[in-house]
Amino acid sequence: MSHTIIIGNGIAGTSAARWIRKLSDQKITIISSESQHFFSRTALMYIYMGHMRYEDTKPYEDWFWSKNRIDLVQDHVTAVDFENKMLSLQSNSTIQYDNLILALGSKSNKFGWPGQDLEGVGGLYHLQDLENMEKYSKGLKRAVVCGGGLIGIEMAEMFHSRHIPVTMLVRESDYWNNVLPPEESAMISQHILKSDIDLRLGVNLGEIKNDGTGRACAVTVKETGEEIECGYVGLTAGVSPNVGWLKETNLSIERGIVVDDHLQTNIPSVYAIGDCAQLKNPKPGRRNIEAIWYTGRMMGETVAYGICGRPVEYDPGIWFNSAKFIDIEYQVYGDMPAQHDEATTSLFWKHSDNEKSVRINYHTASGEVKGFNLFGIRYRHEVCEKWIKDKTHIEEVLQNLGLANFDPEFFKQYEKEIVDAYNHTTGKKLQLKQKRGLAKALAFLKG
Amino acid sequence: MKIIQNIGLLLFVVAILLFTIMLGIGNQRLTEENIPGKTPAHKAAIAEAANAEGILNKDIGNIEFISVFGKVLKKAQQNQLNVPIPDGVGEWDIKIGDWEIGGYTSAAVKKSANGPVQENPILWLLLTFGLAILGGLLFIIPKFYEHPGIKNNGIYHDSLTRGLKLNIRSLFLGATILGMLVFGFLKYQNLFWPLVTLVVGGFIYYLVFYRENSKQNTPQRSASPIHTGWLGVLAGIYLIAFYILLYWFPAYINNWIDMVDPVSKKLSGGDASNWFLYGLMYTVIVIVMGIRMLTKYQHNTYQKVRTFSVMFFQTAFAFLIPEILVRLNQPWFDFKNMWPLDYDFFFSFNIQDLLYGGGLGPFMFFWGILLFVIGVPLFTYLYGKRWYCSWVCGCGGLAETMGDPFRQLSDKSLRAWKYERYIIHGVLVFAIVMTLMVIYAFVFERSQILIFNVENVKAWYGFLIGSAFAGVVGTGFYPLMGNRTWCRFGCPLAAYLGLVQRFKSKFRITTNGGQCISCGNCSTYCEMGIDVRSYAQKGQNIVRSSCVGCGVCAAVCPRGVLRLENGSDDGGSRTEELRTIHISEGEVKMLG
Repeated sequence: MSHTIIIGNGIAGTSAARWIRKLSDQKITIISSESQHFFSRTALMYIYMGHMRYEDTKPYEDWFWSKNRIDLVQDHVTAVDFENKMLSLQSNSTIQYDNLILALGSKSNKFGWPGQDLEGVGGLYHLQDLENMEKYSKGLKRAVVCGGGLIGIEMAEMFHSRHIPVTMLVRESDYWNNVLPPEESAMISQHILKSDIDLRLGVNLGEIKNDGTGRACAVTVKETGEEIECGYVGLTAGVSPNVGWLKETNLSIERGIVVDDHLQTNIPSVYAIGDCAQLKNPKPGRRNIEAIWYTGRMMGETVAYGICGRPVEYDPGIWFNSAKFIDIEYQVYGDMPAQHDEATTSLFWKHSDNEKSVRINYHTASGEVKGFNLFGIRYRHEVCEKWIKDKTHIEEVLQNLGLANFDPEFFKQYEKEIVDAYNHTTGKKLQLKQKRGLAKALAFLKG
Repeated sequence: MKIIQNIGLLLFVVAILLFTIMLGIGNQRLTEENIPGKTPAHKAAIAEAANAEGILNKDIGNIEFISVFGKVLKKAQQNQLNVPIPDGVGEWDIKIGDWEIGGYTSAAVKKSANGPVQENPILWLLLTFGLAILGGLLFIIPKFYEHPGIKNNGIYHDSLTRGLKLNIRSLFLGATILGMLVFGFLKYQNLFWPLVTLVVGGFIYYLVFYRENSKQNTPQRSASPIHTGWLGVLAGIYLIAFYILLYWFPAYINNWIDMVDPVSKKLSGGDASNWFLYGLMYTVIVIVMGIRMLTKYQHNTYQKVRTFSVMFFQTAFAFLIPEILVRLNQPWFDFKNMWPLDYDFFFSFNIQDLLYGGGLGPFMFFWGILLFVIGVPLFTYLYGKRWYCSWVCGCGGLAETMGDPFRQLSDKSLRAWKYERYIIHGVLVFAIVMTLMVIYAFVFERSQILIFNVENVKAWYGFLIGSAFAGVVGTGFYPLMGNRTWCRFGCPLAAYLGLVQRFKSKFRITTNGGQCISCGNCSTYCEMGIDVRSYAQKGQNIVRSSCVGCGVCAAVCPRGVLRLENGSDDGGSRTEELRTIHISEGEVKMLG
């Protein structure tokens, strides 16, 4: 019986295991040193904030794995012998595979800051990072979070939830403005400030100071030299593939492990998925490494088909993602760059409360809708995707915009205001034809 | 802000302490005038026994009095056994029946009570209810000034809300079940029904563990924290004790009842009973904790509207209207309660009250039948069972307001779901069979069907399901097993609504394409213990008979993945699986 070993039990590795089990009867082993069972990494913040316990972040009950004959090994892989298809584990044992899936995930970036390895300094990626934060939280007077982005804001919110003052050092001139268009970026920056988080824009970390015992006690701001006393320093300047330990092997590695359209590496029977995989041929407009939950899940599924003899090309479909910035939810569907090109027109509407906005990009000449950026308002994934896929004309989309609305019942609907915003800029007289409702959305999707 | 909240908390604690302590203050002074008895013979017998015991015209501490008076009643009962029964007089006009003991004790206690509470009930009402309300509001109102958004910070750090370790919870559950069975046996001097209950319970255990193979599927994701929250345990014990006194020992809470007499007189014109006290407390709690719910979900109109709805139905339909009806010489009737939750609707006393009591009675009887025959299927088809469970129902109203801080304690394991299905449908069957027996007995004027005595069946249902399950476990277990223990495991009406919702309804919770990140907030905060995430992460819509449509899963979801909605499309496709497959056999598409 063929034996597939998966290194890493995150969403990519777990998805692969589940799909292999669905498609075949072969032996499956997942090895991880981080935790015995799969847990949702995206939920780490909620454990710290007291919304959930670690147990609640496990998407499957513990008996799920043995019931589905997925063997779990909690150990650290120290070396891979690709020639003999053998792994060496920290516990000094070895283990043989027929197919190997590398789902190694990421590690937090460290850019050589002085003091970056002191105690009381850490990222937010692993379960152990959370334990580290917990360890230093008691009696903590201030935490400094270095780096904007999604993890930075999460970490700031975590400390804030425990009434620990937080300073955020962000390199950009507005929060996450390398991804978000300026209006949205400004809106989120203001929301962060309003939430009593000390947001410093356009500054970098200088160094982390040692209190003499090997513990971080302060940071300096590079631009101003200002020293900020703190008991914890969060390093959240992005993540990079966790592949350093494989660099000496024959595996083809650039920033991540290079994989082809079937997620195969240069070594036969070895695959790489999730955060650690670097696509040789990414789809147009997509990055070659996309370290997000959804692509990990899709890659896991794709690789399972390949291993089970039904190879399919990896196709992540139309881009989508989501996040939450303290109290503002964010959804994106389609191609929504921070700065759109000249051929594109951007329709932007913002609520006067400065916490809700909708942006729809479309091709100026043809009117084809290209994507949606949503803040504080929920839209249906399937409806937006169908509009983008079908290259629907912006005016068609606007008149039926209610079909996409996914906010809870009784929530105010802003689609008419968005149509009005379009009419205002174009001088047209479009009317909103569809309000929110499941029945019509279903009819649209089936039609 | 924090200071105001702390003052509020302090006032609330003081109010609870006073509320507890006041049960032990005051005296009883039994005189010839206030001796209870429905016939002169009963009165005389009790007076004689009281005299012999030497308690007439003496001040006795109120708790001591209950046991002394118990002895007096027993003696009077014995004395009457040998009294000859004259012609034309009923046997029980002379003899004192066991079933009269409770009523006589309560009556004697109520009439003979004198003390600070009886002298100034309004003052005590202000010191307890008033102070608790004031304290509660001082604690709650400042929350309106917080930024609107999800407010779950620190729930699992709080000793009140983090729940019990699995073994301690099991201990509580086991002790409560056994305790109730033993108490039932002592109360009714009948071993048959406790034994039947034990056998049925054992059978369900067998089914879950062995037939459903749940033995090896040890739950890891129940509401078991690393450290038990002892404040929660304390709150649970207090609530359980409250319900035991309320249901079965009302004489001990006479001071509470006397304290609310003035309110009762204002409303219905009559003296308060333990049920009036309970109704008033219930309403006050639903309103105050409803305001808390409004602060917590300022950003969520669905939650606000729903909370206003339960506050309104509790205050108007469950509390004020029935009392006003009594004032107008109409039968006491809660227009939103219905069979089989209202299990005594078809009991002969109720049918007689309604049909022959005059006034609006016949309409009420008709209305009560209309609700569950037409109302349930119709509204559940259109909106799901939420129209009742989390918008109208009193039990639901309390669960959604006072119970909200405990919603995360529901057990999400597969094993718990298996228990749930057997137990709740078992209770539904019990309720239906019991009611059919009662109607049969009423129509054909029988008291025995096969080997079953109909009165005993009624009494056991009332005791086990109506009081022990719905009250003691239902509310007493809020801090131990979550706020919907009764609704999830026991309520026969919820079972009935659930069957309609599962098989013939437009309602579902839609999953938004592939946006789920499996974080688990939805499952954690599902008060019904539905593992919402297990559906959402597959892109599957959620159609579960137990879902009460509270909407909290959709509210706490950080990625906007869930939406409660009613579609026009009601094929069998509501629950189709695996929408997030991105391989060709199913592009991301929405299934109706």
